[in-house]
Amino acid sequence: MRMVDLIVIGAGPAGMAAATEAAGLGLSVTVLDEQTAAGGQIYRAVTGAGAQRGAVLGQDYLDGADLARAMQASGLQHLTGAVVWNIEPDADGITVTWSQDGHAAQMRAARLILATGALERPVPIPGWTLPGVMTAGAGQILLKASGLVAERAVLAGSGPLLYLLAAQMVRAGTPPLALVETQSLRDTIRALPHLARGLRGWRTLLKGLGLLAELRRAGVRRISGARDLAVEGQDRATALGFAVGGATQRIACDTVLLHQGVVPNTQASRALRLDHDWLAAQQCFAPRLDAWGETSQPGIFVAGDGAGIAGALAAAEAGRLAACQVAHQLGRIDAGKRDARARAPAARLGAERALRPFLDAAYPPAAQVLSPADDTIICRCEEVTAGQVRGWARLGCSGPNQTKAFGRVGMGPCQGRYCGLSVTALLAEAQGIDPADVGAYRIRAPLKPVTLGEVASLDLAEPAE
Amino acid sequence: MNAALPFRDLSPAAPRVRVTLDGAPLDLPDGANLAAALLAAGVGSFRATPLSGAPRGPFCMMGACFDCLIEVGGVTRQACMMQVSAGLALTRPKGRVSE
Repeated sequence: MRMVDLIVIGAGPAGMAAATEAAGLGLSVTVLDEQTAAGGQIYRAVTGAGAQRGAVLGQDYLDGADLARAMQASGLQHLTGAVVWNIEPDADGITVTWSQDGHAAQMRAARLILATGALERPVPIPGWTLPGVMTAGAGQILLKASGLVAERAVLAGSGPLLYLLAAQMVRAGTPPLALVETQSLRDTIRALPHLARGLRGWRTLLKGLGLLAELRRAGVRRISGARDLAVEGQDRATALGFAVGGATQRIACDTVLLHQGVVPNTQASRALRLDHDWLAAQQCFAPRLDAWGETSQPGIFVAGDGAGIAGALAAAEAGRLAACQVAHQLGRIDAGKRDARARAPAARLGAERALRPFLDAAYPPAAQVLSPADDTIICRCEEVTAGQVRGWARLGCSGPNQTKAFGRVGMGPCQGRYCGLSVTALLAEAQGIDPADVGAYRIRAPLKPVTLGEVASLDLAEPAE
Repeated sequence: MNAALPFRDLSPAAPRVRVTLDGAPLDLPDGANLAAALLAAGVGSFRATPLSGAPRGPFCMMGACFDCLIEVGGVTRQACMMQVSAGLALTRPKGRVSE
């Protein structure tokens, strides 16, 4: 089996920067990524964006092409369309198994950097499973990768991504019908004490204010403090209903783009049984890391939003730090050179993280999605409701894994990606304990569905190129 | 129906290739993301769920939610993780396979 110094899983900002830095320090590096081109979701299809799409998406997006080009120029191996489904550490390395074009392949590495990024936080509201309802991230991916803009769309939820997407839709000539926000003025006031320490992130703050001004100029209708969101429709979304103040409102539309922030994608780090912590400020779990990004399993690192949400610029810096430490551990650079090389990325990472406590407090997930109504589906795959999970808790269901035995929640094809946090929150609420003590689903390989044919095709002698 | 398509397409017109959806011919941009191409063609529902038979379409567009599952030549695949190519035989899973 082929052995390299470093395997990086994920070709978003963290993965691209980590791989490029490591290759520059003389390491043999292989990047495995599911998509057809480098960029991750934040820089999806960035190297193929034409002038028109670039103008719509903005300079922050286009800047991602530099990372992609640098990775390409470094001469490392980047396998596209590679879906990783097993990761096995042992005494002297890590074996990674993936599928690509219907064939499985394996490779070993001395070190592993997980750069698997973030997922949209689940948004369990009535009607969120209807066709026509997507995440705001999905709306942006359609724009980046396919040049599609939803014609009659309502953006709903909480978080700066909604402003960016709305502004991009304005620039594309198809503004959203409305921006229905669940955070309120009270959240903004509560966030203000974090602002002083967040001023190192003033550039990001200015960009946000700029987006809001852009939306005002375009006359995009904005409603904040919305509660009781519900998508209406029989076979597809036809309207978004909500309450604001004492009144209920309804906006007819074809597409609803939901957003309640993003959360670390912990499927791989959970499958590896790494130690995780509950991040109360971000209402999610993240793997526990040292200052370089190394996890509780020596030799395995996590970089980027998979380790806690801090954004694309922070992700790239965290990737560089992890690469420096990997190069040091493998004897390519001494501690002095590592520290010198890490100084600038560490400083930029600190600045990027400074604004995060303000943003976390100003755009909290809505109470409605953290504690959904009984009849709201929380597990999209197995169509399990919040009330069913509460009922199992009353029957003595002790934890997320036992809920699977009670009613198959988390056992569908998405393997708990879009219900895991909801189940943890519901059990914590029912048992009156901290989500940290409830824990999360036990994730097992295969991390993505794999056919028997793919397993049978596994060539243990040579990896597929 | 064209006037009511839920998405506006900013991308330059690409050469189209013939696929079939539930046996009916459909011309989609060659090499496009399959889920996006179907959405742009006005196909909102990709399948019915095995449990309740409820309609589902793309939700995350990044390979995580598995709601855009569709049968391609008899194999269930994530449409958002596939590209359009000539001759794809697409079937929308009917749901309620086990009573």
